[in-house]
Amino acid sequence: MRFFEYEAREVVKRAGIPVTDYGFTTEASEAKQIAERIGGPTVIKSQVLTGGRMKAGGVKFADTPEEAEAHARDILALEINGHMPRGVLVDPKAEVAQEYYAGVVWDGTRKQPVMIFSPVGGIDIEQVAEEQPEKVGRRHFSNILPLSDFEAKEVIASTGVTGSALNKLVPIVTRLAKLFVENDMTLAEINPLGQLKDGSFVALDAHMDIENEARGRHKKLLADLGVGDEETRQAREATPFELAGEEVDATDHRGVAGNVTEFDGNLGLVIGAGGGSLTLFDAVRAHGGEPANYCEIGGNPSVAKACGLAKLVLQKPGVDKIAVMMSIVSNTRVDIVARGVIKACLELGYDPAEKIAIFRIPGAWEEEGFKILEKYGVEYADRSVSLNEAARRAVEKIQGVAP
Amino acid sequence: MRADGTFIAVEVSDEAAADAALAAKLTEACPVDIYAQATDGALELVERNLDECVLCGLCLVAAPQDTVRVIKLYDGEACLAAV
Repeated sequence: MRFFEYEAREVVKRAGIPVTDYGFTTEASEAKQIAERIGGPTVIKSQVLTGGRMKAGGVKFADTPEEAEAHARDILALEINGHMPRGVLVDPKAEVAQEYYAGVVWDGTRKQPVMIFSPVGGIDIEQVAEEQPEKVGRRHFSNILPLSDFEAKEVIASTGVTGSALNKLVPIVTRLAKLFVENDMTLAEINPLGQLKDGSFVALDAHMDIENEARGRHKKLLADLGVGDEETRQAREATPFELAGEEVDATDHRGVAGNVTEFDGNLGLVIGAGGGSLTLFDAVRAHGGEPANYCEIGGNPSVAKACGLAKLVLQKPGVDKIAVMMSIVSNTRVDIVARGVIKACLELGYDPAEKIAIFRIPGAWEEEGFKILEKYGVEYADRSVSLNEAARRAVEKIQGVAP
Repeated sequence: MRADGTFIAVEVSDEAAADAALAAKLTEACPVDIYAQATDGALELVERNLDECVLCGLCLVAAPQDTVRVIKLYDGEACLAAV
């Protein structure tokens, strides 16, 4: 879940990292009052969860409070990439000597956070890494132990920063690492981290993402920031297909049959189990298949729920066949899912043997499940067939390579 | 009485179906609500729930022997054996 800039700034401030004397408002008149309090030139920034706001006119500079009010009024009415602003942030226009970058991101491969630092800030860190790789310092650190001062110093110093700047940056970087770990974040970035004319540092902008699944652990922080439970903050609005998937999953409490994400391929997926859904989705793509959707099924959903999910996928325009595949680790009953997906085909007037490219769910009650599949002529595979091989067979079938 | 789903059928002898005490027992025993009790106390089979049967056999345990049969329509009408 992504935070708005004004929320991220608050998180930064609470962590003890210096920020400017900014203000957030949803009213143009209040923007004027904030500018008067600041007492100098200001920057008015649209608060949207999308990029490109500068180019779109969502960031404007004001010399007077009246100008700040006028800009705020314009920006509050300005839609950027389909997003209306939550409000505006009124920020002092800082006299910056140099812009730095400090960030922490989650490295899913190493399963550790990685600290990234650069004395070249204000632009995308990816661009700096490509054009001036020697100006980007990185270091993985522990999920449990705090990033120590000397570790932070090593990262910063590796980019050529020395002296007083190095000493002043160390606590900022260690506090950023601490807030990242404490708040279960996947991204905590200060860019730019401005060095003012007097040599002090201040966070001029911040981007933060918290792990969705960790929201329950941070209810107080979210409540303090005014983030409601209903705010999903996904990268895009859910499609009608995805909303229908949520409805299927909500039909009863048993198991999971939902978490649908829409794609535009022709192979519908009814997949799941302990990370199996991601693996299977990737495997289908690796074999040249075009998934129509991602979803998750597992934890012993009811037959009606499995049926509802399969019907939803089968009815999606462009779907020719579905592949029903799971890892063995879920212990979801094979016969229950078999009943659900076959029932979906029958209720829609399809021949299950035609519509189900492959059924690969081994595990609990598989003997019963396989009897059901045999009765309807559905191709199935047991645990001797890998997830990868099952995905390959499904793709071959939909591409007409296999009968 | 008998009701058929797509995969599961349930058959209850007429005598057992008329027994209000047994109807209450079956209604309580079934974890997926295949059995219900009508206002007059007689047993009703809830057709929409038949295919939800998890083959637990609790209804067979609750009822006198051979009065309730759970039939697997996908397996040559094989009957679920009492536990």
